[in-house]
Amino acid sequence: MAAFVIKKIVFAITAIFGVMLITFLLFNCIGGDISYEYAGRNAGNETLDKIRKELGTDKPLLFFADSQFVNHIKNAATFNFGLSRDREDIGRKIRQGAKISLALTIPILLGTFVISIAAGLIMAYREKNLLSRIGNWLCIVGMSIPFLSFILLGQYYLAYKWKLFPVYFWPDLSPFQYLPLPIIIGIAAGAGFNIRFYKTIFRNEIESEYVRFAMARGVGPARILFKHVLKNAMMPIITRLVFSIPFLFMGSVLLEKFFGIPGLGSIVIDALSARDYKVLNAVVFLSAILVAVFTVIADICYAALDPRVNLEQGN
Amino acid sequence: MLRDGFLRRLRRQKIVAASLFVILFYLVVVLFIYTTEIFHLNTGIVKWDQVVGAEYERPSAKNILGTDYLGRSVLRKTLYGAKVSLTVALFASIISMAVGVSLGAAAGFFRGAFDYIVLWLNSVFASIPYILLVTAFALVLKDKTINLSSLGLGSIPVEGIAAVCIAIGLTGWVSTCRLVRAEVIRQKQFDYVRAAKSRGFSNLRILLRHILPNLSGLIIITFVIRFVYYIFAEVMLSFLGLGAKSQPSWGTMMDSARLGLTIPEAGWWEMLSATAAVFLIVFSVNCLGDFLKDFFAHRLRADSYEQ
Repeated sequence: MAAFVIKKIVFAITAIFGVMLITFLLFNCIGGDISYEYAGRNAGNETLDKIRKELGTDKPLLFFADSQFVNHIKNAATFNFGLSRDREDIGRKIRQGAKISLALTIPILLGTFVISIAAGLIMAYREKNLLSRIGNWLCIVGMSIPFLSFILLGQYYLAYKWKLFPVYFWPDLSPFQYLPLPIIIGIAAGAGFNIRFYKTIFRNEIESEYVRFAMARGVGPARILFKHVLKNAMMPIITRLVFSIPFLFMGSVLLEKFFGIPGLGSIVIDALSARDYKVLNAVVFLSAILVAVFTVIADICYAALDPRVNLEQGN
Repeated sequence: MLRDGFLRRLRRQKIVAASLFVILFYLVVVLFIYTTEIFHLNTGIVKWDQVVGAEYERPSAKNILGTDYLGRSVLRKTLYGAKVSLTVALFASIISMAVGVSLGAAAGFFRGAFDYIVLWLNSVFASIPYILLVTAFALVLKDKTINLSSLGLGSIPVEGIAAVCIAIGLTGWVSTCRLVRAEVIRQKQFDYVRAAKSRGFSNLRILLRHILPNLSGLIIITFVIRFVYYIFAEVMLSFLGLGAKSQPSWGTMMDSARLGLTIPEAGWWEMLSATAAVFLIVFSVNCLGDFLKDFFAHRLRADSYEQ
């Protein structure tokens, strides 16, 4: 078991290293010199040199102790992300943004989760029922509408025209005023796909022999669904839940952009349009660490819970 | 595929047949736009940048879907948008399927060190939030020239929608790769592979001629599902201003409609037209995907009964 855990941890660390490599290749090698963009069109060579020195892009790319790549890794490993383009401490910015983002994404995740599993169970149990068939079509319709349209039309009709919610974030508003609409939109946009996802899982269980046998024994539907089906389908459900947790802190880029919520999603979008690669590096690095941690936890849980997991092969 | 009762099943499911017609209609529109552009034909319908009325005109008999903020026909823009959106989705699907299938098949078949590297790459790409990954790729590739002269290929300018295709394609292969790898590992333990090996066929021949044809169902289904994802991704990237700026696409239409929505009672028709255009094709492709899933599941079951 110890060897298995160590193997998983080593793999996770190399994956984080890979993420660093990709961001480095993207931003430092392919992205090119951004000092012109920072300085403006009419900047002299002196200003450009100063900016390059500040960004560290005057150093060699690779193969030196003080190269850009070594600094890239060193800064990340010590959580020293430096200043963003608007002269704020990136670490503090991310902490503040993540708090606001979590207030948005955790209710969305839990709401989607509860609604999808409940609807999925019912639709899987009574598949040929008229209501289930209508529900199934509604799910496909929901899956076929772009997220952007959900946001824009929801904001336009629910907030702007019918005045049920505030249209935009405002510092004076309490979270209970500006958060409900983005949360409702987030749940509505994700429900179609998730309901069908869980329905498929439950359907597979319901079609298996043990459920038919339980029905033949005269076990009631509630007992079959909650005691047998839900319990056996727990593995994929938990996997899905665990792997969506690391991305929660990122917030929802589009929702935050449209409702002006100053979470991490907005910070990322602003950094993308300002080409603030330092902020992007920091966010990507943190998300890679969170994913790695949760992957290792999930792997250990599988190995501990499910005797079929092969410790030697590890996959 | 056609011999296995594909058409018979299609005739029974009216919605799937209808969605096939919708997909065909979109393809005809796109091909029509391409032919008029290649042969410089002078057709009104593709002149999306022509001013046909006042700004923000409501839908009427003259302009069925109204006009946008410059008085251009929304109907023409919507039709023209199909070109950009579907071209991007198609090429992105092709790129990501090519990368995903070849890496996944090779990793699953040969295992060992190569498999480990592919698994590692998978988890690296899965650690970065998708929206951040694809926007970063598109942002960095925008208006760049990829210099391949060291490989003797010259340099390829990446401009407009090419950057979007590459960005979406290079970030979307991960799930395909994982599915294909798992399926190849499963197929490898069947008797037909052992039989082929005992006849002394080379590994490459077994993989390409024996195993991959058995994956055709999986590959077609994944292609269809990914296609839908990429239409959405293109809409999002164009909306964020990372796509083609000189041509209308459904994403840029939503962006320009958003400006209209801030003026009371303007722009919602452009928003709804773009949404409806995306919805129709995605709904049809989703229906087709569902149908194909059932069809291949049925065929797989029939195969296993025969054996």
